[in-house]
Amino acid sequence: MVLAPIDPPREAELRGLLASMNHAPGRVNPENALFPFAKFDTVHVARFLVVDDKTTEDVRVYGQTPGTYPLYLAFLGDVDGDGDDFLMAASRLASSGLRAIFSCCQGFGAETDLLEWMRSHSVAPAANYVNWRGRTVRRAREEAALHDAVVRYLDDNAATVAALTPRQAHAAVRQYVQSETHAGRLTLSPDPATPFGWQVRNALHLVGVPLAALILSPVIIPIALITLLRLRSLEKTDQELCSRVDPAHSDALALLEDHDVTNQFTAMGSLKPGIARRWMAMSAFFIIDYGARHLFTHGNLGRVRTIHFARWVFLDGRKRAVFMSNYDGSLESYMDDFINKVGYGLNLAFSGGVGYPSTRWLLLDGCHDERKFKEYLRRHQLPTQVWYKAYPGLTAVDLERNGRIRKGLESSALSDRETREWVALL
Amino acid sequence: MTHADVDYSDVQGLVRFGYKRMTEAVYVLVRVKDARAAKTWLQSAPITSAVEMAPPPVAALHVAFSAPGLQALGVPASVLAGFSAEFLAGMTSENRTRRLGDVGDNAPLAWDWGGNTSTAPHLVVMFLSEPESGGVDAFMRRTTGPLWPDAFHELRRLGTADLDGREPFGFADGLSQPEIDWAQRRDPTADQLDYGNIAALGEFLLGYRNEYGKYTDRPLIDAGVTTADVLPAEDAPEKRDLGRNGTYLVMRQLRQDVRGFWQFVNARAGGNSADAEALAAAFVGRTRDGDPLVPPTSHAMAGTTTKPDAAHLNQFTFDSDPTGARCPFGAHIRRANPRNADYPGRPAGLRKLLATLGLGRQTVLEDLMSSVRFHRILRRGREYGPELSPQEALLPAPPNDPERGLQFICLNANISRQFEFLQNAWIMNTKFSGMTGESDALLGNREPIPGCADTGGFSRPGDGTVCRRVSKLPQFVTVRGGAYFFLPSLRAIRFLASA
Repeated sequence: MVLAPIDPPREAELRGLLASMNHAPGRVNPENALFPFAKFDTVHVARFLVVDDKTTEDVRVYGQTPGTYPLYLAFLGDVDGDGDDFLMAASRLASSGLRAIFSCCQGFGAETDLLEWMRSHSVAPAANYVNWRGRTVRRAREEAALHDAVVRYLDDNAATVAALTPRQAHAAVRQYVQSETHAGRLTLSPDPATPFGWQVRNALHLVGVPLAALILSPVIIPIALITLLRLRSLEKTDQELCSRVDPAHSDALALLEDHDVTNQFTAMGSLKPGIARRWMAMSAFFIIDYGARHLFTHGNLGRVRTIHFARWVFLDGRKRAVFMSNYDGSLESYMDDFINKVGYGLNLAFSGGVGYPSTRWLLLDGCHDERKFKEYLRRHQLPTQVWYKAYPGLTAVDLERNGRIRKGLESSALSDRETREWVALL
Repeated sequence: MTHADVDYSDVQGLVRFGYKRMTEAVYVLVRVKDARAAKTWLQSAPITSAVEMAPPPVAALHVAFSAPGLQALGVPASVLAGFSAEFLAGMTSENRTRRLGDVGDNAPLAWDWGGNTSTAPHLVVMFLSEPESGGVDAFMRRTTGPLWPDAFHELRRLGTADLDGREPFGFADGLSQPEIDWAQRRDPTADQLDYGNIAALGEFLLGYRNEYGKYTDRPLIDAGVTTADVLPAEDAPEKRDLGRNGTYLVMRQLRQDVRGFWQFVNARAGGNSADAEALAAAFVGRTRDGDPLVPPTSHAMAGTTTKPDAAHLNQFTFDSDPTGARCPFGAHIRRANPRNADYPGRPAGLRKLLATLGLGRQTVLEDLMSSVRFHRILRRGREYGPELSPQEALLPAPPNDPERGLQFICLNANISRQFEFLQNAWIMNTKFSGMTGESDALLGNREPIPGCADTGGFSRPGDGTVCRRVSKLPQFVTVRGGAYFFLPSLRAIRFLASA
């Protein structure tokens, strides 16, 4: 994520530029002149937004004076491969557009080196989630084309296919796909090899973190216990700020939503003050990041199946945090899904925010006060001026199903049960 | 926790009763012509309460108010602001039309009523009657009285027809309704591992605890002289709860193309009437007589056994049909009520912990849906237009073929979590239950969505065989009007009619 303070007199101009990247509010033009997303075949989702936090006054409930923060521009995407490779490609393929956009930020002049500037303004996430590790944009698109071709084939041959046993159906589709691939009408590229260095680092992280935690446990456990007790006493006095949101705010957000089966979400707020709270937030994000990196790597975050990508980022010396996600369905179903299925995770991730509905022992209550939680989230939500997704019309579940169809086709030795399950995917 | 018993005399009877014996009904959509006269009329209107009477009343009157209607009656902005956001914004706000599927032929611009501010009803006044002694016409004449023409400007009289428990396509309707836990005996805050048909009172009546054990948005006002009659709020005793014993009412006029439906089904079945029946039943998930396509559960199910002879019509889940081979995933009754619980597969102990963490998932379809108990609605709609049998429907339409359809009405305490969620995430969703390119076989608008030009499919999964797909479904149901209303308690109506 590239984050830079906007030059105040240029804000309106910047907003105009961002608006010019859309066909209409909430509907991006993938070929827009400033940043032609469609040219980047490694970008899954990306967004430009003005990080306009309307809730900075909330810290007054803790007797603090609100900080004076600059208005930021954020540019971020979820891409295949290395983030720096993407920045290089971006500075090569969209140089003039990015220069026009970033020239509205402080410290960007005609002489500025675009790539270096983006690098120096990059902010690492505190936690990051990817729905399916290793699935590239290319693979998602090829497998979607595969799915559509298979469905067409089955529709065109409905009468003959209906009489086939699962094994025969699998063989018939397999043969069809092979001939289509040979004819060049379908492409199923092998995945690029994961860099060896990445695999080593990932394995070290997988083992190293619990190992370090174990070694440090004589220190961590007492600190954690003290912090937990301290947090429990703080929880009892923390104030909730969950009043009804201004309909104008809500309408402005709604204008940008539900144009695709997937939606963007951005929310931000100030973190509760104090060292215990800060440790808590940092550990929560650390745990989420670890879980997302090693446990929830293939299609679900907890019980939630609808998130493509999500990330949490600390801002302004961990005084504030911003959360950004890409989810399937409408906001109401997203919130319900969360409350009912991963309420504990929601409380863990967001209860560090000023005004969050009261929690008990960090994980309990909180978002289970549905009305308060929904108001809280909507209140902290920001409009995302420009949002792109590489595969409109496809949900995370679609992508998973398409991947399973392909996987089943690449094997000629499925068991009976596997064959039946594969046929059920079609 | 103890709860005060519900004072049925304060609740409009529509919440508790479907009034099956009152086979005649007219819904009059009105705008307020003169607020003073309207209030005077309301003060003496014989609105029917939910008290069980012997003998039962032969006619019933119900009144519900839209947000513009409350405004027209002079309800102060500070009080209005307490109502839920979706009630205040109305059914036709920009984003909402996209979520509800009210685009294309369903777009509010083309509606007969409710599509713009000049045709937005202020009140819906519902007259119901048994056919004897003049029926609903006589009841209307008696009830409207001389004040009515001064008070209201009638936008529309929506007639209804008694099709003997069937909707216009010919299917038995209204078989599955949630049973309200009036006595509030069940604890909804505990995990519910089995599907049940009992819903927390607060899902259908404002001012009581809902399935989350919490309260839903409704106006709480400062106690004062004019509010003396309004009950205090359970969760804020210093305030008066204008919503208590009331609820929200969603109304949509849905035109049904009965000829189009049976002609399509018949054509796809190659003229074979048994196959046509089977395809139509697959669309619905029940036979025309109402028998579900899945067998009943062997054990009794909470909230389905009040009418023992009809228990089999409602005592089932889809657990016995994980492949959708009996009842397709996209069948109307499976979309409208997936009959699931808080967790799939009743996990316990370690398995429950793993399930909670989302570890150990095997299949694509596992755990896709949210728990249905947060998304139930109480349906109170009625059909309109003359009956047309499936056989007659195959004939070409005569000139001036009358319109047929459903005056859809549902009650819920949280429009956005109940009606809108159901309509958006399940009925209209082209991605429901892991499917793609299809919305509800009956209600879908077949409009393209980005990346998916064709949404007119319908999948009939096989058990071990390849799914049969019906394609190019035309639109069978078109929205002709709609609005959100507040169905107040009798005390709240007295409050609204005073001053």
